Amino acid sequence: MRRRDFLRTSGVIVVSFAFGGALREGAAAQGVEPGKPVDPREVDSFLAIHADGSVTIYTSKVDVGTGLSIAMTQMVAEELGIPVSRISVVEGDTALTPDQGGTGGSTGITRGGIELRQAAATAREALLKLGANADMTNIGALVGDKRLDLKVDAKAPLKAAKDYTVVGKPVLRPDVPKKCTGTNLFVQDVSVPGMLHGRAIRPPSFGAKLLSVDEDSLRNIPGVRIVRIQNFVGVVADDEWAVVRAARTLKTNWTDAPTLPGSEMLDRYVRNSAVDRDETLVNRGDTTGAVPASTKQLSATYWWPFQSHASLGPSCAVVDFRPESTTIWSASQGPHGMRANFSRVFGIPEDKLRVIFVDGSGSYGSNGNDDVAADAFLLSRAVGRPVRVQWMREDEHAWDPKGPPQLLEIRGALDSNNRISTWETQMWLPAGVQGARPLLAVDDAGIQQPHGRGAGQISQNGDPPYATPNVKVVVHWLKETPLRLSNLRAPGKIANVFAVESFTDELAAAAGIDPVEFRLRGLTDQRAIDVIKRATEMVGWEARPSPNSRRQAGNVLTGRGMAYMRYKQAENYVAIAMEVGVDRSTGRINLRRITCAHDCGLVVNPDGLRNQIEGCILQTLGRTLHEETTFNQSRVTSVDWATYPILNFREMVPVEVALIDRPELPPLGAGEAATAPVAAALANAVFDAAGVRLRSVPFKTESLRAQLKS
Amino acid sequence: MAKYSFRVNRRSVSVDSWDPAQPLLYALRNSLGLRAVKFGCGLGQCGACTVLVDGKAVRSCSTPIRQVEGRAVTTLEGLGTPEKPDKIQAAFIAEQAAQCGYCTNGMIMSARALLNQTANPTVEQVKQGLGQNLCRCATYTRILSAVLRAAKA
Repeated sequence: MRRRDFLRTSGVIVVSFAFGGALREGAAAQGVEPGKPVDPREVDSFLAIHADGSVTIYTSKVDVGTGLSIAMTQMVAEELGIPVSRISVVEGDTALTPDQGGTGGSTGITRGGIELRQAAATAREALLKLGANADMTNIGALVGDKRLDLKVDAKAPLKAAKDYTVVGKPVLRPDVPKKCTGTNLFVQDVSVPGMLHGRAIRPPSFGAKLLSVDEDSLRNIPGVRIVRIQNFVGVVADDEWAVVRAARTLKTNWTDAPTLPGSEMLDRYVRNSAVDRDETLVNRGDTTGAVPASTKQLSATYWWPFQSHASLGPSCAVVDFRPESTTIWSASQGPHGMRANFSRVFGIPEDKLRVIFVDGSGSYGSNGNDDVAADAFLLSRAVGRPVRVQWMREDEHAWDPKGPPQLLEIRGALDSNNRISTWETQMWLPAGVQGARPLLAVDDAGIQQPHGRGAGQISQNGDPPYATPNVKVVVHWLKETPLRLSNLRAPGKIANVFAVESFTDELAAAAGIDPVEFRLRGLTDQRAIDVIKRATEMVGWEARPSPNSRRQAGNVLTGRGMAYMRYKQAENYVAIAMEVGVDRSTGRINLRRITCAHDCGLVVNPDGLRNQIEGCILQTLGRTLHEETTFNQSRVTSVDWATYPILNFREMVPVEVALIDRPELPPLGAGEAATAPVAAALANAVFDAAGVRLRSVPFKTESLRAQLKS
Repeated sequence: MAKYSFRVNRRSVSVDSWDPAQPLLYALRNSLGLRAVKFGCGLGQCGACTVLVDGKAVRSCSTPIRQVEGRAVTTLEGLGTPEKPDKIQAAFIAEQAAQCGYCTNGMIMSARALLNQTANPTVEQVKQGLGQNLCRCATYTRILSAVLRAAKA
């Protein structure tokens, strides 16, 4: 059960979301909820025990379709010693949940779940002292909505993994039946009394100035009001279709601001961009020394383009601006961060601003959620009514902040025993700038705000995970980048592992050694060895050097490839193997099988974990085969599913997953790690099949066909 | 304002609209409160807005309301409830065939249309039948299993 399913009048929270009926959680619930603690040092911030013996858990880590919510519920159920069915979850409500950070970087379990678990362990100890029985059936009578008034005890003993009965079980997600029957509430479905629909009209180019608005152009659309604040222009109406039509119809004149370099040859543009500073991330041994002439030396360049989060449902927010108390309903992965930023930007004290998370379309990082909330905020403030804004398809594709372009050059050498002796990675990446990412509408409205830049930890996994005496990894942090950035699933790591694991394969081929054997020779970590062996056994790996000498069957070249990585060089171990056919005449890649072995420590919910791994792999397959944000001098030109294709149903490939459970180890997050080896595994399989090395994403059919012919 | 009368989930309804070109999606979601239907692209490219009209899958984001006058529309709400899901919904639940769930409406409605035509589809027929429905979370393997499971139920 989740927040909006239950109706509770016993003092903790009154919430009732009903379709078509009144939905008014914001200001009303704030009155109902006087001073519920949110301090993460307090047990009561995480848990409330109700008179009927049910328990509500509170967390800022939100479930964006990842199964996080049920996994955290299982961790609490296990530690408290009550069934999952007695627990409800309130997530991402700044008025009610402790700030455990935003949901990102695979920290949902490692921070959200672990903190909740410790609070639950503390509560269990206290409840037993209060006279609770072992299965906690009398805690309702014992506590009954009163507070426990306890500090979280970091030393409260945890249940031993061998005694687990709930953690490690494939408990079904409670959101799925609702999602399958149309009864799950998405932020796109939120409706509050008096609410208007709104749309913002984005400029035709980045930084264009609004010259004029022809109000008369809307004379045939009823009930539309135009809101203009400097270069921000929006429309509001009672009727959603009226604002959709109005946003499309409204005649606006803008200055032209052709400030972009265009996405053709963007790799060259990036390579020649001004460097802000160099940073040496790894410097081991000596990579500069003279290499004996007899050794094999290689170098290669890899490219990853700008990509969009490309949420299936365009971002949406509802904002009810009131001077005394403003509420934002948003699917943002960071409700507390949104509150802090909006509070600063709009000059509202944090205690007069409440952000409530509601499920959204999968966001995979920071999509357009913050920007659409800023649109709705400005419109609500201007018209004095709650306003719902949902972006249109082209808004989401063009204006969501993007995953960064990444260029990597790697140079390496083998010693006389065909082991890696020297490895040097150079990366060209956009430099971070302190401060929040600018909100589109806020810039347009001429309101001062920070112009920060960041896309997450994008320089990790640039070094080889294999024994190498001389390693250097240098990042050339670039001063500028053409588009706004944000975290996109597994930030930076997908491209970095693509380069590192492709290059490893190139070295193995140069050495004339089977790619698996070549990797295993450089590894001593048993967990790494285990995932590599498992994934390759599952695919029926034939040990031999690449490329495949017996590869042709008619027009189709066949091969297999694999890639391995340890996420952030510190977390999950993942190996992926693939079997492909490549059509010589068309350049089409026919992916036949994918196997994956995955070790993320303790497995909390194996079915939820498998679902994440399958999604990680297939989504990244689409990113590898198809996805590239294109733009001309003025604007993004990949603005729908035709110009920005993602993996479709017909391209789906079965994914066979082996989970390696380590109950004795802490659990790690799994929403990102399995994405990272995908592109390299595919490139390596294509090389094995066709002898052609793909180093530039997306792997377009035309470019592979051209390479096959040359 | 013109009035448009049709049936939705075996119920007769009439909806006022100032624009005969207004897509059915907005009437379903905002006038009738049937919000299982999702806006995805407005271009008929992604399938999130799929409903059945006289048993056939259509894109409600690009179907003008005047075109459904007098016809029978079925939405996801018309199939079943969390307590009493129909066989396709039950199969999706059993396979846990969702992540964010934004595409789920379209996947289930397209599966309904497919099974109306082809009671026992092959893997290839499911891939083709749902080929115009996108899932950004890429839950395709589970959705495929769910449709095959539903066909056998």
